[in-house]
Amino acid sequence: MNETSTSITNRHKKKRPITYNRYGYLFLIPFFVIYIIFSLVPLLSTFVNSLYENYMSGLNQVGPTFVGLDNFKTLLTEGNLLKYAGNTIIIWLIGFIPQITISLLLASWFADMRLRLRAKGFFKTVIYMPNIIMASAFSMLFFTLFSDNGPINNILMSSGTIDEPFRFLSSIIGTRGLISLMHFLMWFGNTTILLMAGIMGIDPGLFEAGQVDGASPTQLFKHITMPLLKPIFIYVFITSMIGGIQMFDVPQILTNGSGNPNRTSMTLIMYLNRHLFSKNFGMAGALSVILFIISAVLSLLVYKVITRKDD
Amino acid sequence: MKRNLLLLLLVTVLTGALLIGCGSDTSETDGDSKETKDTVETQDTGKETDDAKETEDVADSEEGKVLRIYCWNEEFQSRFNDYYSHKLPDGIEVEWVITPNEGNAYQDKLDQDLLNQDKAAADEKIDIFLVEADYALKYVNTDYTLDVIKDIGLTEDDISQMYGYTKEIVTDSNGVLKGVTWQATPGLFAYRRSIAKDVLGTDDPVKVQEYLADWDKFDEVAEKANAKGYKMLSGYDDSYRVFSNNVSGPWVDGTKIVIDDNLMRWVDQTKEYTDKGYNNKTSLWAPEWSADQGPSGKVFGFFYSTWGINFTLLENSLETPLKEGGVAEVGNGIYGDYAVCQGPESYYWGGTWICAAAGTDNIETIRDVMKTLTCDKDVMKKITLDTEDYTNNMAAMNEIAESDYASEFLGGQNHIALFAEAAPLIDMSNISIYDQGLNEEFQKAFKDYFDGNVDKDTALENFYTGAVEKYPELTY
Repeated sequence: MNETSTSITNRHKKKRPITYNRYGYLFLIPFFVIYIIFSLVPLLSTFVNSLYENYMSGLNQVGPTFVGLDNFKTLLTEGNLLKYAGNTIIIWLIGFIPQITISLLLASWFADMRLRLRAKGFFKTVIYMPNIIMASAFSMLFFTLFSDNGPINNILMSSGTIDEPFRFLSSIIGTRGLISLMHFLMWFGNTTILLMAGIMGIDPGLFEAGQVDGASPTQLFKHITMPLLKPIFIYVFITSMIGGIQMFDVPQILTNGSGNPNRTSMTLIMYLNRHLFSKNFGMAGALSVILFIISAVLSLLVYKVITRKDD
Repeated sequence: MKRNLLLLLLVTVLTGALLIGCGSDTSETDGDSKETKDTVETQDTGKETDDAKETEDVADSEEGKVLRIYCWNEEFQSRFNDYYSHKLPDGIEVEWVITPNEGNAYQDKLDQDLLNQDKAAADEKIDIFLVEADYALKYVNTDYTLDVIKDIGLTEDDISQMYGYTKEIVTDSNGVLKGVTWQATPGLFAYRRSIAKDVLGTDDPVKVQEYLADWDKFDEVAEKANAKGYKMLSGYDDSYRVFSNNVSGPWVDGTKIVIDDNLMRWVDQTKEYTDKGYNNKTSLWAPEWSADQGPSGKVFGFFYSTWGINFTLLENSLETPLKEGGVAEVGNGIYGDYAVCQGPESYYWGGTWICAAAGTDNIETIRDVMKTLTCDKDVMKKITLDTEDYTNNMAAMNEIAESDYASEFLGGQNHIALFAEAAPLIDMSNISIYDQGLNEEFQKAFKDYFDGNVDKDTALENFYTGAVEKYPELTY
């Protein structure tokens, strides 16, 4: 109060700094209000929900009854949580390994001044394009392309590669492969741009020094690019992993929510979505809490990696 | 100080506005409210709005001014407009809330609004909503639907001409009738005359029926058709309904899931057909399935009900589709090459029931709508003759069955006669509130088995897993 009255008396002299501070707080308010209402409250209510039995049986509400950690117990023992986690990781890996390989390759080409690639801007835009398409539209497209009588099968059959249509969505490899392929197509552009930024941040003098010493491009990549790219690389790795855990729209639409064949393309979030049918807030809440913990741990890792001082 | 106050005011207003905006949103608990507004179509009764307003003021306060109807497509809307709207009392406006079926959206919307029915303003309350057989009991077994006889005021006499199964589906556990329908949807087996001739040496529906009278004979024909290079059925789920409509008990006993023997017969038959190449491994409504019904198809026949034969099968049979200017006539594709027979067992497929929502203020109008569209023999006969839709009135249908009515699409066959024979045989007393979810899960789970990805036990295990996800109260 004392300070405020002083500031008021002095306001002709010290007008500006005080005003700016106040506006700063003022502009922060909408964020915090929105954050509290739309993020913090739902987050906390998810924790609360996970402790209750609470679902709809037809039009009848069952619960909410407090059941402690029963939902977690059911999930971890009876539900195939590990299987779905495994599915998610496998599908993510099948997409991520080619994605990071090709992105690294493209990024080092794009960033390499000596290659003097033409139309870099054009290619950067083109590889980023698939990411702009809505995932659901993208998977509808693939669903049609790879259907039993779809264009891909027609091409393969008329070219004589296969005699009978290959039923992509009825085979485990086909379905998982398609989901991974779509994720790869959607995200390799984004990853390339991130890695490129990382490579361009490396002091060009180091490359020159290496070349003067007669290092081959492979050696340059292995001993200069990779070690210095590590923080960005880990950032890309972990954010992609968090994205992978949240994999939902592509497999959901491609398999019509079933995660078939044999539930091998059922991801964790699709499993979460399955509980929507009965509005099962308890089980869905428990599953969300588990996912939250996994994502939080991964996010902490990112934070650690990024804020770590160089050795 | 002034500045401080100003700031405080700004902050309060800003926060307040946010909270209010949010508050009103949640109090409506209607995330779809915007979407609803888009799909709500207000229909004038033909009078000018000024007129309507005047009548509203004078009108009796007993009947609500808005008749709010929930449905998922425009079928009932067009029946309503064509056969009822001229009788609509002055001053009553019809509001259609159409939410598509996809992804359970219709039921989600309906559930939410029914649960809020008490709190809604009189004109915002649901008056009529439509349901499908697979989930009818979900609504019928609650107090959200009104007794058609006691509450709405239809008489036993009014509903006496309806087919029994159409009443069984919407009768609650206490034996109270909670809905009515204008259509009956008995199913038949539609086969290709040319293929039947090739395989069986005849295309006469009576003789073909003899060959297909039960499942064992059906399997024999499948083998013969296969030998000639044809497929008996198109996909896995083609015969599902025929089996599932003839189960010996409901899906769930208490809270335990019971898998009927008849469903396992479907599994075994379909597996055999798949392994021996008697089917084409398609799924219902997939493009491949539709293509199998067309000129390039080599499939002996399809299980289809009333609407399926006159609309879906007819369209699929054409070489040049109606959309592209094709004409439904002999010469266009395989138009005229199909015929129908009863098939191995009686079943139904589809159908829409009209339910009155508890809390409605339009009982009089609802009674009139139900009476006109589902009990009036003349109207029903007219609907059938106009639209080829099979209606739920035995007297009217028997009249057409006995007439010289002939379908050009079916090569001059009077299929109404077959429908009229089949419809009374359908028995739906074993329906349960879980039918929709469990049938879906069952077909999904066993698709893997047919595809050869899993063995039977795993498919069964997957079915149970999916079933319990959908209905946590069930056990197995």
